[in-house]
Amino acid sequence: MRESFDVLIVGVGGQGTILASNILGEACLVADLPVRGAETHGMAQRGGSVETHIRIGGVYGPLISPGTADVIISFDLLEALRYRHFLKSGGTIVTSDAIVIPTSAFTAGAEVPTQAEIMGRLEDASCTVVDAAGLAVEAGTILAQNVVMLGAASHALPLSEDALREAISRCVPQKTVETNIRAFELGRAFLEEMS
Amino acid sequence: MGGAVDQYIINPVFPYLLSGMNTRYMLGNEVIAHACLEAEIDFASGYPGTPSSEVIDYLRHQKDREFYVEWSVNEKVAFENALAAAWTGIRSLVTMKHVGLNVAADPLLTSAYTGVTGGFVILSADDPYAHSSQNEQDSRRYALFAKIPCLDPASVREAHSMMKAAFAISEEVGLPVLFRPTTRICHSKSDADPGVPGTGHRTGAFVRNPQQYVVIPKHTRVLHKKLNEKQPALAKMFVEGGFNTADVRGKTGIISGGIAASYAEELISEGVSFAKIGAYPIDAAWLKAFVDQHETILVIEELSPVIEEAVRMAATTTVVHGKMDGHLPMEGELSPAAVAQAMTSAGFAPTKTYPEVVPEEGIPARPPLLCAGCGHRAVFYAIKKVFKDGIFPSDIGCYTLGIQLGVVDTTICMGASVTVGSGIAHSGETRPVICTIGDSTFLHTGIQGLLNAVYNGANMTVVILDNRITAMTGHQPNPNTGVTATGVASPPISLEAICRSVGAPWVETVSAYDLTGLLYALKTAKDREGVKVIVARQPCVIAARREGIRRKPYVVDPEVCTGCGLCVKFGCPAIEFYNEKAVITSLCSGCSVCADICPAGAIHKGGAK
Repeated sequence: MRESFDVLIVGVGGQGTILASNILGEACLVADLPVRGAETHGMAQRGGSVETHIRIGGVYGPLISPGTADVIISFDLLEALRYRHFLKSGGTIVTSDAIVIPTSAFTAGAEVPTQAEIMGRLEDASCTVVDAAGLAVEAGTILAQNVVMLGAASHALPLSEDALREAISRCVPQKTVETNIRAFELGRAFLEEMS
Repeated sequence: MGGAVDQYIINPVFPYLLSGMNTRYMLGNEVIAHACLEAEIDFASGYPGTPSSEVIDYLRHQKDREFYVEWSVNEKVAFENALAAAWTGIRSLVTMKHVGLNVAADPLLTSAYTGVTGGFVILSADDPYAHSSQNEQDSRRYALFAKIPCLDPASVREAHSMMKAAFAISEEVGLPVLFRPTTRICHSKSDADPGVPGTGHRTGAFVRNPQQYVVIPKHTRVLHKKLNEKQPALAKMFVEGGFNTADVRGKTGIISGGIAASYAEELISEGVSFAKIGAYPIDAAWLKAFVDQHETILVIEELSPVIEEAVRMAATTTVVHGKMDGHLPMEGELSPAAVAQAMTSAGFAPTKTYPEVVPEEGIPARPPLLCAGCGHRAVFYAIKKVFKDGIFPSDIGCYTLGIQLGVVDTTICMGASVTVGSGIAHSGETRPVICTIGDSTFLHTGIQGLLNAVYNGANMTVVILDNRITAMTGHQPNPNTGVTATGVASPPISLEAICRSVGAPWVETVSAYDLTGLLYALKTAKDREGVKVIVARQPCVIAARREGIRRKPYVVDPEVCTGCGLCVKFGCPAIEFYNEKAVITSLCSGCSVCADICPAGAIHKGGAK
């Protein structure tokens, strides 16, 4: 059996999980590594909870089973909590600090845990919380939050900064390469400052 | 590990590297479509359906296209078009999701009798766990039923090579070939080595041969015999061609196929034999020879126990485990953890075990929703207002999400909203019946239901949710859109004219954003007898945005808002509620419906009062 490094990217439909996973996949090609991934398509995209699996170095199936992800990258704090059981013991969570409140909270009065409650419940995992929106705006566009998150998570990935930069420039629209590279750098620097 | 790539790898734990010169990270469906280009496809048709849609989408967006491609109005129509193309000697593909094959089952079963001259591949994508489907049927059963070959890839890379081979196989045996990927192939991504698209395209020429193409009883009896005579050679071909492989390593063995084989390969222990089924029919003698060499066999496959039934038939003294004795589930999809559990349960130690983990509790669900500004939501709102005691048959599309709004009582298959509605209307049930159906679904199989309802005098209201496109599967054009699959302008059909021509005596058209108009039309329909049709029209909000249509977002005046919550109950994801006041977020696309709902007049277009 060959080992892979398993990354789960989670968020809310429309937040750019697929672009983020494409960047990781492309970075694997830059590094000449095999890679497998699985995505949510179809109706689940309509503002629903979405998950993307990427197995860096993977040669078998694309799915990551619960309890085995090396890293979880989450674009929404609530989604980090929803998927945390996928994390292996000793794994790392890198998550945005923002919460998109589910519509059911307003229409049906569903209870949504607060930011502080969620952080408390994630305390026993190695978890880093990132101001993705703030850094994306600093980089030039709120739309670059997904790339900020990749930058922040990059320290935990077995892919070099060069490979990830090259992958970003291949995957994002040509006009936005500079902004996205800046977003990546800001995300990456954010974690360097933390540690 | 080459020096040039070392700089890209921080932690060189991986045992081997890619070697392809043109390796790309691609979606399974893109790889499958690209394989068709490499196989020099001449004709492609299909009807959208998750997880199959991206195959035709990839083909229709090719710039230098030397083949014909269409979105057809339904799967039977798509199938017959592609079949006929293959009868003229050219290479032809038809795509659909598994339940679409039910719609195309009529030509499918007899196309095996007529056979083909050009390569004909039927792609039917299965959806274990029903991620986006109404059932978990197994297309391999159809291939066995029709007595045609079936290819079942275990990975994206295998899907690539199998699809390339499928056309040649079809030509060699003169039969349609069923290509069966599952969701985890179609919507997986993988490193892949797409080849150069071929340029050797053919031109169709129909050769008259009534003995083959006119299936009157006299001809079809002969054709059936010929079809049966082809079967043994097919089974042998798949062993000799390396589609079905067996590796004997010990006294116990695992047999697997499809994506499950990838999971099994990751977890199989040394000394356990492994056989992989990539194509059907399975050669019974070959299978028996493998099974007989083992004391115990575990069969691992998704959906129906197709391989397992063949193994049980072949086994004499060998103990066989699988779904049929409870080691694997009969429903849902498999995963590495599920396969490891099955191995453990059947006495096969997996190389990896998975921790038992429990998801966190108390997290509000985040299901998919109708978009902010979706016209369907306003129509459902109006229906519920007017028909408080109504019965609401619905159909397949984004609007099935109307279940969250309490306005979807039935959904079974494409087009069945109208027929379920007329069935209930004729049953003696006295409450009013109001069915909802999208434009693409109406054109797919809704028209016949309406014709029947009018002909037989049903008392019901049919609301066509006309958003001008096939939205849920990724915004494919349909005859209502005014453009073909390849972007050529076509005359948009008139839904109203279709409804009137099948005899509907009352057909009204309303904007789906015009709440007052919707309520009026629905009330009028309620007071009339017979079949009433309302066309509620508004382009899909996503498609409209892509076309450059921008509306000013709406805002809530907090001074005027009474906090009654009626706008929140509307269920639009752009409306939130804090401190007893409603707030409209940046998701707003300016449909204005909430402004009509607000009894206090607190909602108005941004920037003006």
